[in-house]
Order: sequence, then C-alpha cells, then structure tokens
Amino acid sequence: MSATEGAAFIELENVYVERAGVRVLDNVSLTLRAGDRLAVVGANGAGKTTLLRTITGLQKATSGTVRAFGRVRRTQEDFREVRIRAAYLFQDADDQLFCPTVLEDVAFGPLNMGLNEQAALEKANATLAFLGMEHLGERITRRLSGGEKRLVCLAGVLAMEPDVLLLDEPTNSLDAKHVEKLMTVLSSLDKSMIIVSHDRPILDRLATRAVRMKDCRLEPAVLHRHPHVHEHLHVHVGEDHA
Amino acid sequence: MSLSAANMSTASPFEKLDPRTRLLAACALVLVIVSMRSLEGQAAALLLALAALRLSGLDLGLTGRRLMHVEGFMVALLILLPLTAPGPAAFTIGPLEISQRGLSRALSIILTVNAAVLSTLALLETLEPVRLARALASLGLPARLVHLLFFLIRYQSLLREEGLRLIEAMRARGFAGRLRVHTWRSYGNLVGMLLVRSVERAERVDEAMRCRGFSGRFPLRASQPMTRADAAFALVLFTVLALLLTFDRLA
Repeated sequence: MSATEGAAFIELENVYVERAGVRVLDNVSLTLRAGDRLAVVGANGAGKTTLLRTITGLQKATSGTVRAFGRVRRTQEDFREVRIRAAYLFQDADDQLFCPTVLEDVAFGPLNMGLNEQAALEKANATLAFLGMEHLGERITRRLSGGEKRLVCLAGVLAMEPDVLLLDEPTNSLDAKHVEKLMTVLSSLDKSMIIVSHDRPILDRLATRAVRMKDCRLEPAVLHRHPHVHEHLHVHVGEDHA
Repeated sequence: MSLSAANMSTASPFEKLDPRTRLLAACALVLVIVSMRSLEGQAAALLLALAALRLSGLDLGLTGRRLMHVEGFMVALLILLPLTAPGPAAFTIGPLEISQRGLSRALSIILTVNAAVLSTLALLETLEPVRLARALASLGLPARLVHLLFFLIRYQSLLREEGLRLIEAMRARGFAGRLRVHTWRSYGNLVGMLLVRSVERAERVDEAMRCRGFSGRFPLRASQPMTRADAAFALVLFTVLALLLTFDRLA
C-alpha cells in the first residue's frame, strides 16, 4: 500500500460488525485517501457489501471507529453528510431508480441537498449530458434497458458531486458495450473510489491498489499489470470460420 | 387502467388534453351517469359511452376482455334480483316468479355500470400511469397517496417479473398445478417468498433513497398549464351532459 499523500477521506479503525450474532466484519481497518481507487476483491459472502454499508452507516458497526471526511461518525445524522459526499452505487439498479422519469431520478439527490427545482433539473440535465445520455431525460425509468439503468444510477449519484464513489459490482450483468461505456466514464472521473468487483480485468484497469476480503477480514492484495499469454475460448457469432 | 403499455399505442384524440381535464371529465361523466333516473336515460348514457369509446380509438377486443371482469361481478346480481325483488311478477318459470321490478332494476344496473366503466376506459385507458399520478397530485390528492401510487407504478412490474421467474423456476423442476396438498403448499411458499422479497426490496429502496440524502420530503414536478383544447372539450362535455340530464328528466 503506497498512497500516503492526500487527505484521508475515509478511515475505518478496528471495525467489527455482527448481524444476528454472526460476525460479518472482523477487525477491519482501512484508509481511503484523495485520489485512491481501492479495489476490494473476495469470495461471495466475504463481507464486501457490508464494508460499503458500514462506511455509509446503513450497517451499524458493533465496535470500532468509522471516521469520514475528518470526523468520527456514529449517529444516522452524522452519516447523512457522509452519504452525500461518498455516493453509493448499488448492486441492483432497480433498487436505486425509483422516480417515474430519468430526469426526476437524477434530480432527486440535488433536490435533497437543498437546490430549488429549476437548479436541480439543470444539474440533472448537465450530468446526463456529461454522460452522453441527455436524450433519456423524459424516459420512464422502468422501461430502460439494464445497461441504461446502471448509467442513469451513476448519473444520479454523480449529480450530488461526491468526493468518493462506492461502487458495488458496477459491471455486474452489463453487456460488453455498456461495460466499456461505464469504464470510460469511471476512469475519466477525478474521484476517489472503492470498487467491489469480481471482474479482474476491470479492476486492473481502474484501481490503484487492492485489498482482499477473506472470512470477514481484510488483507492486502496485489494488482498486477503485465502482459499475459492467455489461452482463450472465443464465441464468434455471424462469422464464417472455415 | 392498466399499468402495462398494452393498450397505449392508439392515437386517442383525448391524448391532446391535459390529464387533469381527462380525470375531471371522467368524474363528471360517471356522476351524471349514476344520477340517471329513467331506463331511457341510462340507455342514452350507454350510447354516449360507446360513442366516446369509438372516438378514443381503443382496441375494442381488448376493452371487451377487460369489461368481462366487471360483467363477472354482475352475473350474480342479474340472477338474484329478478328472483328476490318484491312486487308483481312479470312471468313465471315453473315454481319461480320473475319480478317485474327486479327485471328493470337488473337492467338499470347493467346499463349504468357499463356506461360508467366504458366512459372511464375511453377517457383514461390510454393515460400513462405516471401522468395520471401527477394529475391526481396537482388536483390535490394527499402527497402520501401519490407517492404510494408512484411506488406501485414503479415496482409492480418488477414484482410481477419476480413472481413469474419463481413460477418458471418451479415449473423447471417439474411443478404442475395439480389438485393436491403439495400444490397448495408450493403456492403458499411462492406467495411467502414474494412477500419476503418485496419487503427486502422495499428496505433496499429506502436505503438507496437515504444514500441520496432523502429526509422525508418528496420533490414533485410542477404541472403544465391547461390549453384551449381543454376549454373547448370542457364546453362540449358540459353541453352533452346537460342534454343527457334534460332527456333523462323528460323521459
């Protein structure tokens, strides 16, 4: 772990989480500084999502300290500011998109931050335009495709201008085209990130360092970037291979 | 009103109207229809409803199927009323006396209900549910109910898909709805699982909302002003309804 410059946005210190008597985070400590893009890898059920939920206060830490943006956070009131500055992109886009139309959904965060309707809609439009999706503004959210839903969710959290993005399996169930689009957008953003993913190529492209969750504990992991010699099995559609 | 887009492709002239105008017009129509006193008036109301349906360009087959749900409820009434209403008999079938008043009551109910349902369908069937909810909000429906309606619109299709997926998964393991205890137990599990998933989904949606700074106040969009088309339609509707009422009282 190298990054030492930059202010610490998020610091967990000896955090334990228990749910219904079962330990889900076991003595986890972690620091995320400005400019860090931290990959979190690990098996299903290792506690990766719980880690993100603990940072945003959706899951209460049983013991240990959660410090975010320079303050120790304990109560729901404390976490309100954290959730706006560290925006959480959920695993299932349908959980996040609940407004009738795309524009309203993207404007939801800015409105909650106190912008008036006019300003919030402008902000929403600008964010959609930044992602090249201004044409989706009036669409009904439930009729979007899976890939569009994920990108609109991203617009919804970016519209709050967060310092940190918490991405929970961002490329899950996306087709190649939308994965590419999402990756282009994410790598162009000047934001700190915690990226939970199984998708190693994605993490190799995006992350600056990595940790592994194993049996509810955090351990250092190595990201390696070097040319591979692979054996591939390809599926080609509509091509003639004689 | 359907939450699906099945019947929304038609180019209804009512689409040019403000959703609020359509809602209020449907209310006015239903009020006038249920205040008809004579069978002639009720028949005229049904004709008016049919004309509106024709005008709306709805798929008649689909509308007919939708109407069958309503007719199903009325079958019992149709059979019972002529047998049970007091008064002189119109005719007898064996030991059964068919009451004259019962017959005209039943006829009156059929005419009224169908006229009301058909005119509501004609005016509102093609209205996008989201616009309907917004119209209700700007007509003063309490915000809480409007939000419930929004959530219903947003999540009922997901819930339906979840249910269908579960049923498919059951079928994929050889499940067939036969009449035995196993079937009913499986349906019980299905409904239970849907409930559990809905609650979990609701919790995740709530968390997602809190993550974007939600603190209880729901932003709603301001509505568009009404147009000249709305005024013209209101005038025509008012005239027709006045004529209908006059005809009914004279009949």
